[in-house]
This record gives sequence, C-alpha cells and structure tokens, in this order.
Amino acid sequence: MNVEKWKVTFVVSRQKNQEPRLYQSFQLEIDPDEYVLDGVERIWAFHDRSLTYRHACHHSTCGACGMLVNGVEKLTCITSIRSVTHNGGTLKVEPLRNFAVVSDLVVDMSNFYTHLEAAQFGQVASLAQAALPHDADTRSVTDGEFERLVDCIECGLCVSACPSALTSETYYGPAVLAAAQQAFNQSKNSALIHFADQHDGAWGCHSAYECSAVCPSNVDPAWRIMDLRKKTLAYRIKQLFRK
Amino acid sequence: MSNHPTPSNFWRWFDPRNRQIGYWAFILNRITALGLTLYLLLHLIALSQLSQGAAAFNSFIAMAKNPVFKVGELLVIAAGVIHGLNGIRIALTSFGIGTRYQKQSFLALMAVALLILFWFGQIMFFGE
Repeated sequence: MNVEKWKVTFVVSRQKNQEPRLYQSFQLEIDPDEYVLDGVERIWAFHDRSLTYRHACHHSTCGACGMLVNGVEKLTCITSIRSVTHNGGTLKVEPLRNFAVVSDLVVDMSNFYTHLEAAQFGQVASLAQAALPHDADTRSVTDGEFERLVDCIECGLCVSACPSALTSETYYGPAVLAAAQQAFNQSKNSALIHFADQHDGAWGCHSAYECSAVCPSNVDPAWRIMDLRKKTLAYRIKQLFRK
Repeated sequence: MSNHPTPSNFWRWFDPRNRQIGYWAFILNRITALGLTLYLLLHLIALSQLSQGAAAFNSFIAMAKNPVFKVGELLVIAAGVIHGLNGIRIALTSFGIGTRYQKQSFLALMAVALLILFWFGQIMFFGE
C-alpha cells in the first residue's frame, strides 16, 4: 500500500525552568492521517528526547494531551494532521493557555483538579444524568440502573479558551462549573449552589461560549454554567420565601 | 501562573484569531461599551461649550454638521444598537434562555442591527 506522506514543519514551544518561551522547528515527513500527537511523539523519539509533553490513552479518554494547535485548543490524539495543516505547511504546537507551564508542552493542572474535587466531580452518572438534556436519547436501556462515565475528560481545553480564566487566577473555570452543575443534578446538594454562587463561580462567566466551542467531549460547559445560574437564582428565590 | 490579570492578558481579550462566533460577540460587546463610554465623555465636553456662551456653542454645532462628525454619530448609533441587541442576547442566554442558539441569535441580531443602521444612515446622509 502506498502511504501518502506530507512534509510538515512542526513549530514547538520550548520552555524550561520559567525561562522565556522559545520556538523550535522540526521538519517531519509524515502521513497526514496520523495525529498531531503522533508527530510530537516522533519529535521526542527521533529528534529531541528533552521534549516534554503529556499523553496516555491515545483515544480521547484520558484528556492528557490537550495543547494549542495553530492557536486552537485541541486534543492532539484525535486531531489529524490533515485537518490542521497542508503538505509543506507548518503546525504550531503550544501548551494550553491559562495554566502555568511546567516544561515545554506540560502545564500545571493541580489547581484545576483541586477545584474539580471541590465541585464534587463524579466520574460516573446514571445513563440519563450523564447526557445533556438536549442530546438525542440513544440509550438502549432506560431503567436508570446503569451508569456510565461522564463526558468530561478533564482535559482543560475549556479553561484554556476561556477569557474569564485568562484574567483571573481564582475563577473556577468552565469544566469545574459544569461538574458542579452535573453533581447538583445528581445529589441536589445545596452546598454546590453555594459553591457556584460567587464571583469566581457561575457569575464570573463572561458568556463568550468558547468553552463549548473547543470541548472535545460534548460536555457543553457554557450551557451547564447558564443552567447552574438558573438553578442558583431559583434556589435564592426559594430561600427568600422560606425566611 | 499565566492567567494573571496583566495588561497583556487584558489585550488578549480582544484577539479574535482562531476564536468562534460567541467570542466575536464577546469582543464586539466590549469594544462597543468602550466606544459608548468614550462618546459619553466627548458628549459632556461638547455640552460644556454651553457654559462659554451661545456663540461658542453655535460654532460647535456648525462644526458638528461636518460629514466626518456625521460618520462619528453613525458609529455611536452603531455602538448603541449593537451593544443593546447583543446585551439582550446575553441577558437571555445567561439564564438558560436560548443558550444553545447563541450563535444563531447573534447573527440574526446583527442582521437587525445592520438594517437599523442602514435606516439611520439614509436619514442622516440623504434625509431632510
């Protein structure tokens, strides 16, 4: 079989020990139907073993390989080279925005994970609650006894694309608020409303909807944040009449 | 952290490259808001001419009939209309009303804004 090969220049962000960021170019001859992560791995394997990046599952389940590809947040394991450049073209790979860079393409996501835990992020939910209410119902079993993994893969692409997160270190960010919305739907725990009902919570969103645009996993964080606002408001109104 | 509220990060708010319609609406709302705020300042300065007597104010009004000023006025109307219509969209979608159709509603409202501006432009430049 004759495999098509493209000549692509990978321009990779390099940054170690908080030093200024530099860009290093690598010329690759690569099958355009391979993924951007394959190219990054090839650079590491055959050109520069000091390149650091995160990856694990290679099939969009672990969320580890989120990066900026030509300026757009992408899960690099499912982003084909063909879809982001052309034969003879360049492909710029940078770490996610709005996170501190640890090394090269690796960012520090510890705050993000801490906030997810505070939002009582559940890894699994019932078939009905794991889906968005406006999704087509594709369940083959509807008795509610079965659970599945929720859609959020904790990749952080939404945080990287969010303008509110760009100028605030304390804003929880779209994934965390989406997790709080989903957890509230399951538990009805009012602590989650209090968690969301603050400036760094659901009210910190500036409605740019970029989180939902870049989400690779059908979480629709923007919709969930707006839904959380609605629920927060309803809760507050109910509290007024209880007093 | 890379997400400090620094001036460079603030300017990145206005970078539309690689972003989608919702983000363009976000940028447009901020630009129009800044434009309207600047206009308010200029408006107050213009009105302060009144304190310098009728002659000073009349000469300012004569200058304001210049086509360049009219284009400026049309820009103010554009800012008001775009900011207002986009604001209605944001207010609704921010509480879950039509959130899933925020792109479509933005495009539809901007089409309405264009029609309104066309109407205003005709009156201002070709009307009596």
